Amino acid sequence: MEIQKQFVALETIVVKEVRRFTRIWIQTLLPPAITVALYFVIFGNLVGSRIGEMGGFDYMQFIVPGLIMMSVITNSYSNVVSSFFSTKFQRSIEELLVSPTPNHVILIGYVLGGVARGLSVGLIVTGLSLFFSDLTIHNWLVMTSIVFLTAIVFSLAGFINAVFATSFDDISIVPTFVLTPLTYLGGIFYSLKMLPEFWYYVSLANPIVYMVNGFRYGILGVTDVSLWITYGMILMFIGVFYSWALYLLNRGSGIRS
Amino acid sequence: MEIMTAALVVKDLNKVYKGGFQALKGISFQVEQGDFMALLGPNGAGKSTTIGIISSLVNKSSGSVEIMGVDIDKDFSLAKKFVGVVPQEFNFNQFEKVADIVRTQAGYFGIDKDIASERAEKYLKLLGLWGKRDEVSRNLSGGMKRRLMIARAMVHEPALLILDEPTAGVDIELRRSMWDFLVEINKQGTTIILTTHYLEEAEQLCRNIAIIDNGEIVENTDMKSLLRKLDSETFVLDLAKDIEELPELAGYAFRLVDAHTVEVDVAKSQTLTPVFAVFSDSGVEVKSMRNKTNRLEELFVSIVEKSITD
Repeated sequence: MEIQKQFVALETIVVKEVRRFTRIWIQTLLPPAITVALYFVIFGNLVGSRIGEMGGFDYMQFIVPGLIMMSVITNSYSNVVSSFFSTKFQRSIEELLVSPTPNHVILIGYVLGGVARGLSVGLIVTGLSLFFSDLTIHNWLVMTSIVFLTAIVFSLAGFINAVFATSFDDISIVPTFVLTPLTYLGGIFYSLKMLPEFWYYVSLANPIVYMVNGFRYGILGVTDVSLWITYGMILMFIGVFYSWALYLLNRGSGIRS
Repeated sequence: MEIMTAALVVKDLNKVYKGGFQALKGISFQVEQGDFMALLGPNGAGKSTTIGIISSLVNKSSGSVEIMGVDIDKDFSLAKKFVGVVPQEFNFNQFEKVADIVRTQAGYFGIDKDIASERAEKYLKLLGLWGKRDEVSRNLSGGMKRRLMIARAMVHEPALLILDEPTAGVDIELRRSMWDFLVEINKQGTTIILTTHYLEEAEQLCRNIAIIDNGEIVENTDMKSLLRKLDSETFVLDLAKDIEELPELAGYAFRLVDAHTVEVDVAKSQTLTPVFAVFSDSGVEVKSMRNKTNRLEELFVSIVEKSITD
């Protein structure tokens, strides 16, 4: 397929994905906004006012970057896993498989759809945070690059989950038992420096710690971990997940008999 | 003289599914450009597996497939451009609008938005769905959903259109309008492969026929040659008045269905003139006459039964 036509196919997939999550905005865009608004009210305003400073900022300011990142992570993941699995379930994936669209275009299209939802929810949550806290950006480049790259990582992870999934239960296992614990233990609500030494080092094995801290650096200018390790880890995950997802697509795992 | 490339060449195609079930046992057949071919066979014979391999939904175990001269092992991406598939099951997003489904499919083939919109309008109009373009697809009737899948398969204007039981569960009027559409696009040059359980449909539409059974091609010929193989036909005669006894006519076997309906077996070497004459001589008029079963159906059953006993 010629490059120009590949771009048409890519645009088609992305537009279809964006159309899907905006059509069902009550299920996709509204719930994270409500959930995060509750976090702001309860943890930020009510509890946070008694906690005082953390990392040199008041508690509300400290948790805002983490909550934005949590929304981006969960939404980019769940968009791709649910969308790709439902195309498998409804067999509308066959529309793509019978077309000359190359597998890498299919993968990138779904990933960009996940990134679009992750960033849309991120923007909504950021807008909500302005009602509770001032937002000053320390480094625009770091902030935007970290959030964009993180959304890619979790969109790719969602795609791999969807390829292996054979039932709707399978698409909720990873978010419930892996993603949520890692996110909550990823330094959203606390600084790693508060932890005992053992748990500090255990936390460093959690990749979400790096993403949350990298994003927090972009907004507040403080981080518990090295920015270089953060970029290195995110790029490594992108490389591994992209190669794995493309391999599965080329093999036809779960989609061709 | 230039030799035209065949629309489809299937050679020694094998498919063994996980678990060891062999769905195809080295089938070979060829479909010329412009042909209207029927691919028939009982349920589970291997028709859908064959279509699945041609359209890339099923991985073949061995053998080769060439579409418009392009080997799918060498350039499947190019080969796919030549094929449009209308599957047996509904396989579109039930929550998308009709026009969006067709336009999106065009996009997957790299067709620009403007052309995609024009084509969507053209085929939705031809298939009587333009008025439903903004309807969510799950709200369509079964017949409309089948036509939607045809419009979707035609949007990239493929050289080869494969339809897997497109008229299953479709009422007679709609079926005939779909036949008209298929005949028209075939006249315009689209090669068509049709699988169907309505053998009347295959006899009426198709010029060539391949019968697949138990993963093997058991017949592959043109429709006329196949029908010539029919040894005898059974006709049903409706009589103008009741009769109590069957007429006697050497070489013809009559059966009384009821007082005014008679069946008669007529061999290929015989004619119907003596049958009419014998009723006429006894003062009974024949009001109407019809084939007891579809001719192709009789052949199909005999071929498939033979393949089972062999």
